[in-house]
Amino acid sequence: MQKEYTVTVYTEDRIGITNRITIIFTRRGINITSLTTAETEIPGVYKFVITVMSTREKLEKVVGQIERLIEIHRAFVHDEDEVVYQELALYKISTKSLEQGDIERVIRENQARILTITSEYFVIEKTGHQQELLDFTKVLEPYGLIEYTKSGRVAIIKWSRRFHEHLKDLQKKEAAIS
Amino acid sequence: MQQKDVLQMKPEITDKQLTAKPTITGSEAVIRSLIAEGVDTIFGYPGGAIMPIYDALYDFQDQVHHILVRHEQGATHAAQGFARSSGKVGVAFATSGPGATNLVTGLADAYMDSTPIVCITGQVAAALLGTDAFQETDVIGITMPITKWNIQVTRAEDIPAAIAKAFYIARTGRPGPVLVDITKNAQFGEFEYEHKKCEYIRSYQPLPELNKSAVAEAAALINQAKKPFILCGHGVLLSGAEKELINLAEKAEIPIGSTLLGLSSVPVDHPLYVGLLGMHGNYAPNLLTGDADVIIAVGMRFDDRVTGDVSCYVPNAKVIHIEIDAAEIHKIIRADVPVHADAKEALRELLPLVNNARHEAWLEEFRKAEKKEYEKVQEKELYPKQQELKMAEVVRLISEKTNREAILVTDVGQHQMVASRYYRFKNPNTNITSGGMGTMGFCLPAAMGAKVGAQDKTVVGVIGDGCFQMTLQELGTIYQSQIGVKIVILNNNFLGMVRQWQQLFFDKRYSSTEMVNPDFIQIAKGFFIPGQKVTERDNLSAAIDAMLAHDGAYVLEVVVEKEDNVFPMVPAGAPLSTIRLE
Repeated sequence: MQKEYTVTVYTEDRIGITNRITIIFTRRGINITSLTTAETEIPGVYKFVITVMSTREKLEKVVGQIERLIEIHRAFVHDEDEVVYQELALYKISTKSLEQGDIERVIRENQARILTITSEYFVIEKTGHQQELLDFTKVLEPYGLIEYTKSGRVAIIKWSRRFHEHLKDLQKKEAAIS
Repeated sequence: MQQKDVLQMKPEITDKQLTAKPTITGSEAVIRSLIAEGVDTIFGYPGGAIMPIYDALYDFQDQVHHILVRHEQGATHAAQGFARSSGKVGVAFATSGPGATNLVTGLADAYMDSTPIVCITGQVAAALLGTDAFQETDVIGITMPITKWNIQVTRAEDIPAAIAKAFYIARTGRPGPVLVDITKNAQFGEFEYEHKKCEYIRSYQPLPELNKSAVAEAAALINQAKKPFILCGHGVLLSGAEKELINLAEKAEIPIGSTLLGLSSVPVDHPLYVGLLGMHGNYAPNLLTGDADVIIAVGMRFDDRVTGDVSCYVPNAKVIHIEIDAAEIHKIIRADVPVHADAKEALRELLPLVNNARHEAWLEEFRKAEKKEYEKVQEKELYPKQQELKMAEVVRLISEKTNREAILVTDVGQHQMVASRYYRFKNPNTNITSGGMGTMGFCLPAAMGAKVGAQDKTVVGVIGDGCFQMTLQELGTIYQSQIGVKIVILNNNFLGMVRQWQQLFFDKRYSSTEMVNPDFIQIAKGFFIPGQKVTERDNLSAAIDAMLAHDGAYVLEVVVEKEDNVFPMVPAGAPLSTIRLE
């Protein structure tokens, strides 16, 4: 059944690695809905967090083909309950709305915070899961929402301990060789 | 001027100059690193962006034999043929832009058929990258999905490590093609050269750790099997596991079917060998795959040409899949016992756990089906009563006259299927063909590379008239480099396999498949290669003798039946059980 999955990929730091990963999704006609990447706690090892709509069966094959790439350590498919994840959204709102009394309540109740204020607009930030971030736009609409933007997903795998220990071992091995 | 004065004019040698290591150019480093990796043969074609490397090559002609091809595609296929016949890594050179894009077909072919080759391309200077400079193309981007690995080198000092890594990756694990793109400034740059072989990449584990409990599970399945069946793939040849496979088959009396690229792993006259799998394979192995209760798939990937309709493939069997590439396990067929391992290592571990067994009744089923195929198909193909020559009789005669010991190189289409069916392979690695990609034009350059890689062997390329015209310019290479390859053109004046499909599935609407051909022998003569054309059965035997006796390259054209069909046949996407004998 098609549903949203999180795919995590652990890679070496190499020019073009994003391309190498994404063409494997492209070949199977899978649309990537978000992609986030950054270096992990292990220098030189990067983690990609990719969200896609697909089936587990298909994604397990995709992940196998990603792992076949030389500069990939491992790749995994996760159901929603296997990861702890967050996304970050920014909302730009007309400053005029500050005149309406209850914007403060709205920000407070939704655990958002103001990042900056100018005479024209102000920007608030909220983290959460994508649906609640999107729902919040509806709350803000009456206050003069100018723009909404959202990051990709960052995720921690619940059972990642052994794998991260493995990566650290590799790092030690590498240090011993060179 | 006095000599003494001249000496005094020399500048003083500084300490720094005394201790400095000698530097060489990036171009020279390319050649030295290739030599360090054991390379003695390169197939290539020069051009602007790779000229410094060709200039460096000029000084190493006694150590490296460069074969000037006529098209870069030919260089890749020649490198493939060389790799497959010699067991070494094949090497191809090309320049940037069109030189690089001409490598694409060969790289894709080598990727599909797990062939270790390293292609080195010249590239415009680093400062010009991305500017649409003359003959600049993004070869890294283009070849990303069709190489096992590729890298662009923009500094001379990075060349040795890139080449070392390229060879390590190409030949280890499931082998494959690698491309190293070297910018012109890196070729000119000077640095202190040192070549260290690559033996470890932390994100790459070419040899998986053997899971012994999976092997035990596999043995348990085999020991209970009533109708076990071995599917032998290319991985058996790549890991050198031919003997181990035969030992297993003999111990438990298990019939062996082979994929197209697995051919020659097992001698065809071995009593347990039951034939070629797949669309145009033999009747017995295709028909009976569905009856097997345990499938032992070794070094193969369940290509759609082998499985037919996957939804009804092996309905009654537990599947043991021994495969070095984890991505192939469960990709098409879910394995009940996946053994992620090198074939040789896994089979060695498996053998002592497997009980002696006999499966006489099961084997008898194969013999019966085999007999049926012989009566309905093979007899007519091998001993035709008609006047026109059949492809099968030509191939069989070549098989006999080469004592089954030649390296057979085939192209793609009807002649390929017929050659694969009727050549009686005896020794491992004597079958070279384009399987996964089905690249027409593969044979001539691949055969030439195969001959260079195995000088002491007879190499026979069997080519269709359509395929021959895709890469026939390589006759120029064969002549210039005096490569003694035997070329047999099976000419039916048609793109035969497409025509066969048009006949069977498109109502005989022969859309663009009939060929009006040139005089092939005259073409060969133009390249100073002798040859002859055979149209009559009575002349065939003597012509093959003449070809094999000739010292050097030879082109034999055999005019065969125009509208012949290859049977048996499993229609594309149909269940294997629907295999047709006529």
